[in-house]
Amino acid sequence: MADLKSWKELPCGAIIEDMKAVLDNKTGAWRSMRPVWSEEKCINCLVCWVYCPEASIKVEDGKMTGIDLDYCKGCGICAAVCPKKVHAIDMVKEEK
Amino acid sequence: MASLKQLCKKPELFSKGHRACAGCGESLAVRQVLLAADQPIVTVMPTGCLEIFSSIYPHSAWQVPMIHTAFETSASTASGVETAYRFHKKMGRMKEDVKFIAFGGDGGTYDIGFQALSGAVERRHKFLYVCTDNEGYMNTGIQRSSATPMGAHTTTSPAGTKIPGKKQHRKDIMEIMIAHDLAYAGQTTVALWNDLVTKVQKALAADGPTFLNVLVPCPLGWQYPGDRTIEVSRLAADTCFWPVYEFDNGRYKINHLPKEKLAVEEFLKPQGRFRHLFTHPEGKDVIAEIQRHIDAKWALLQKKAEVLG
Repeated sequence: MADLKSWKELPCGAIIEDMKAVLDNKTGAWRSMRPVWSEEKCINCLVCWVYCPEASIKVEDGKMTGIDLDYCKGCGICAAVCPKKVHAIDMVKEEK
Repeated sequence: MASLKQLCKKPELFSKGHRACAGCGESLAVRQVLLAADQPIVTVMPTGCLEIFSSIYPHSAWQVPMIHTAFETSASTASGVETAYRFHKKMGRMKEDVKFIAFGGDGGTYDIGFQALSGAVERRHKFLYVCTDNEGYMNTGIQRSSATPMGAHTTTSPAGTKIPGKKQHRKDIMEIMIAHDLAYAGQTTVALWNDLVTKVQKALAADGPTFLNVLVPCPLGWQYPGDRTIEVSRLAADTCFWPVYEFDNGRYKINHLPKEKLAVEEFLKPQGRFRHLFTHPEGKDVIAEIQRHIDAKWALLQKKAEVLG
């Protein structure tokens, strides 16, 4: 508790100065199912990317490069929208 | 028409690390809206699920300027900011062409924020208002709102022996907004990302107030597993439960014509909030009434698109 700021030290109007601080919040810890992506099967249609509520599908130069498991909550939307014939993402149980 | 290859090059303005439920339709809608918009933009957001999961102090998922405001004042805050901007521009203190987007849930739009929205649109402020409609007060524990459809179970319209879920039909906010003679109004849902992106770009380019009503499935309130968000959203459009259309300068246009108009049961079945309709003694009548209402609204919309297209 010692490093908490007093109200006099906080910026006026509850302004959030560090916009990247949200990245400290690693929501991947919530996950009970984990997406497993197969690079060979993937056709880079990017449908999973546009439907990911967490923006956790990593894309570089129009190509998918992986899934950011630090933030992925394991909802399974990516596996559900992946074209059936392609089936590049599987959901597996998260095990510790 | 946007392509995913182009869109994926744009910066992610709604950051990961927010606290929405897994499979949340609302966070997806906000992400898609911000992907469609070109900076500089200023956003306004009232209280609701969106506030709670995206901006718990000292975190904010918004990578654009965002003002959080009280439940009923999203549109009036946006009009104030827009007026200040116009003043600074007139005085030569600003050069950029800034766009304004106000968000609101269905509670903050249909019910609590309605008079602020109506006033802002009447004053012709140039901003886009996006209603992320999940058909209830999901943030406070799934109470009914005037956007909740007939037959849905909520904690204030509980399905049981007395009533089979909500007894009234939903409010048609699109027609109410169109009656304000705004520059552009559109209705869409998250499954149709291309339609959504196109509508946001059209709305931001329009001169005057614009309105977008986006259906965002809610895994918690609608009671379905989170991975079915896109499927449920698509079924809403394909059953014409959620007609996807736009009102552009006095012209109606239907943007999504289902290949085959499905029966409303297809949309109701995956959702736990309608589960009782298939066992309740009055359930059959309620489903028939929902279908009748959808058919009547759809026929009217087709007529409008024909006459005012």
